[in-house]
Amino acid sequence: MTQSIKTLPRLSLSRYAIDPAIFLVATGCIVLLVIGGIVYPSFLSPGYLLQQLQIASFLGVIAAGATLVILLGYIDLSVPSAITAVAVLTTTVGGSSNPEIAVLAIPVGLVGGALIGLINGIGVAIFRLPSMVWTLAINSMLMGALVFFTGGFKPRGVTPPLSITLALDRTLGIPNAFLFWIAVILGVSLLLRRTIYGRYVFATGNSEKAVFLSGIRVRLVTVLTFVAAGVFTAIGAILLAGYANQAYQGMGDTYLMPVITAVVIGGTSILGGCGSYAGTVVGALFITLLSSILSVLQMPEAFRQIVFGAIILTMLLMRRFDRSNR
Amino acid sequence: MTFDSLRRNLRFLIPAVAFAVLFVIYINTHPRGFSTYVVTIWANQGALLVFAAFAQFFVVLVRGIDLSVGAMIALSNVVASYAIAGDGASLWFGILAVLGTGLACGFANGLVVALGRIPPIVATLATGAVYSGSALFLRPTPGGDVNSDLSDAMTYAIGPVPTSLVLIAAIVVVFAVMLRYTAFGLSLYGVGSSEHSAALTGISLIKTRIAAHALGGLCAGVAGFYISMVTLTGDAGIGPTYTLNSIAAIVLGGISLGGGIGGPFGVVVGALLLKTVAALMFFSGLPPLAQPFFEGLILALAITLGSLGLLRVRNRLKLFAQ
Repeated sequence: MTQSIKTLPRLSLSRYAIDPAIFLVATGCIVLLVIGGIVYPSFLSPGYLLQQLQIASFLGVIAAGATLVILLGYIDLSVPSAITAVAVLTTTVGGSSNPEIAVLAIPVGLVGGALIGLINGIGVAIFRLPSMVWTLAINSMLMGALVFFTGGFKPRGVTPPLSITLALDRTLGIPNAFLFWIAVILGVSLLLRRTIYGRYVFATGNSEKAVFLSGIRVRLVTVLTFVAAGVFTAIGAILLAGYANQAYQGMGDTYLMPVITAVVIGGTSILGGCGSYAGTVVGALFITLLSSILSVLQMPEAFRQIVFGAIILTMLLMRRFDRSNR
Repeated sequence: MTFDSLRRNLRFLIPAVAFAVLFVIYINTHPRGFSTYVVTIWANQGALLVFAAFAQFFVVLVRGIDLSVGAMIALSNVVASYAIAGDGASLWFGILAVLGTGLACGFANGLVVALGRIPPIVATLATGAVYSGSALFLRPTPGGDVNSDLSDAMTYAIGPVPTSLVLIAAIVVVFAVMLRYTAFGLSLYGVGSSEHSAALTGISLIKTRIAAHALGGLCAGVAGFYISMVTLTGDAGIGPTYTLNSIAAIVLGGISLGGGIGGPFGVVVGALLLKTVAALMFFSGLPPLAQPFFEGLILALAITLGSLGLLRVRNRLKLFAQ
């Protein structure tokens, strides 16, 4: 009995080895920095790099939720509408003429995000609907409800001061958004590596049946994960609203692809059960640097899309997912 | 016996009945009633969705998913707006170029998914970015020129029957025969139902997957071609709605996203059902702005209906994957 407990840590030793995927993406980041520095010398200035970190933070926080969901073996396609919905909700409440209500803007936004996650989670975990279709449907419904709610115009509202402080201001020259992201990185890594919940997430991603037979409440874990993902999306949306100092229609639309790509090129298997948030962090940095270089090169939107897709494809092909296709 | 076969075909019968009911309601609410003109407009719109749904169908049949359907359609549509303006031989060559574009895109998807072994969701998300970028490069703003004689021939009616309905019928018959009576068609179902057994039977998983993607791409090419017939322009921005609707249509038509279940008639019924609902909303006075809400609601209801089978599950272990 005691022996089996002693052998447990040996099983998890591999967690300290660097995932080759992370190594590949990190190398990619360095290559991008070198290219950026050659093409445009001020690319390597501290100010510019800090700004990249700031922008990457928004993506990274939203991708934290996507990482959790993908580790479980599901996918959340409701991210774009959820971002817009939470941002609109927050700024609308923040714009209330009653100061007591306006204070509640951020909590209301977070609860809104959690609710979206709860609906996603119930559909996937309790009703066993395919996560891709269910979240796609939720995305569509949210989008329609939002456009109807705002009447198709730019929603009026006031961004809560706290979100502006978090997203735009700097402490000791470092963007608050990046400091906040560091806190999220520590929190999520601890959650995944050092808590029972984290173990359950990886285990469920590997074999839901085995986890169920071990007496773990699989459906509860799944619903909680979707709620957590909704909250992370909400935090990201509130930061984005602070960064743009407004909420607008379609503000989340450009985030679906980068979020999923950040998670996947960071070495998290889209089939679940294997990966890390550290990978997502490097993936988010890579994507932010890539799109920033493409815009520095003043590439037209068409070429940016092509290059974006081609590079991601190349990175995925270089790694060759080992899906046991026997 | 009959009850048994009814129950087995429930996945197809429910949407078929829903479609019949909604179509009758649609014709009755339409201010001009049942006429060739009304049905032609409706069928043209429906045909676009049917072709897009077929593009998704073949990939889903082998347990994949194609998020680049919209991008492939947009690219073929843009190519069409350049290639099929002429007459005679150049017109035929242009049509081949449009269909070839779709086929090539689908083939590339197949290579990446089957040989590159990248999960289809991410692979097609990435290739989709390349295709829609190419479409945007070829035509930054909607425009272009399309042979209007050909367009008239394709979008009007043959006697009392809309040409688009004839096209749909033709494509369904071809695909139904192919899926039912050819080794290739059966191997698609085989790979989708059980990869392992299919491989043991001697079916090449890689070749079948690539072929399924290529065939889907060809259907996307047909959809892109037909869009240029209906709109007479090329537009690089039409992609995303078609990706969403192609998935919604096949789910409505009773095709299982788990692969191996569903047929071409289901695809057609699902796509026409979705189109009829959209057309009904247009006339029912519901705010057009809220349309995505109802599209999402229908999709959600369709898959929730599909999950009713859970109520019959006795062993809770069966609820979980793997």
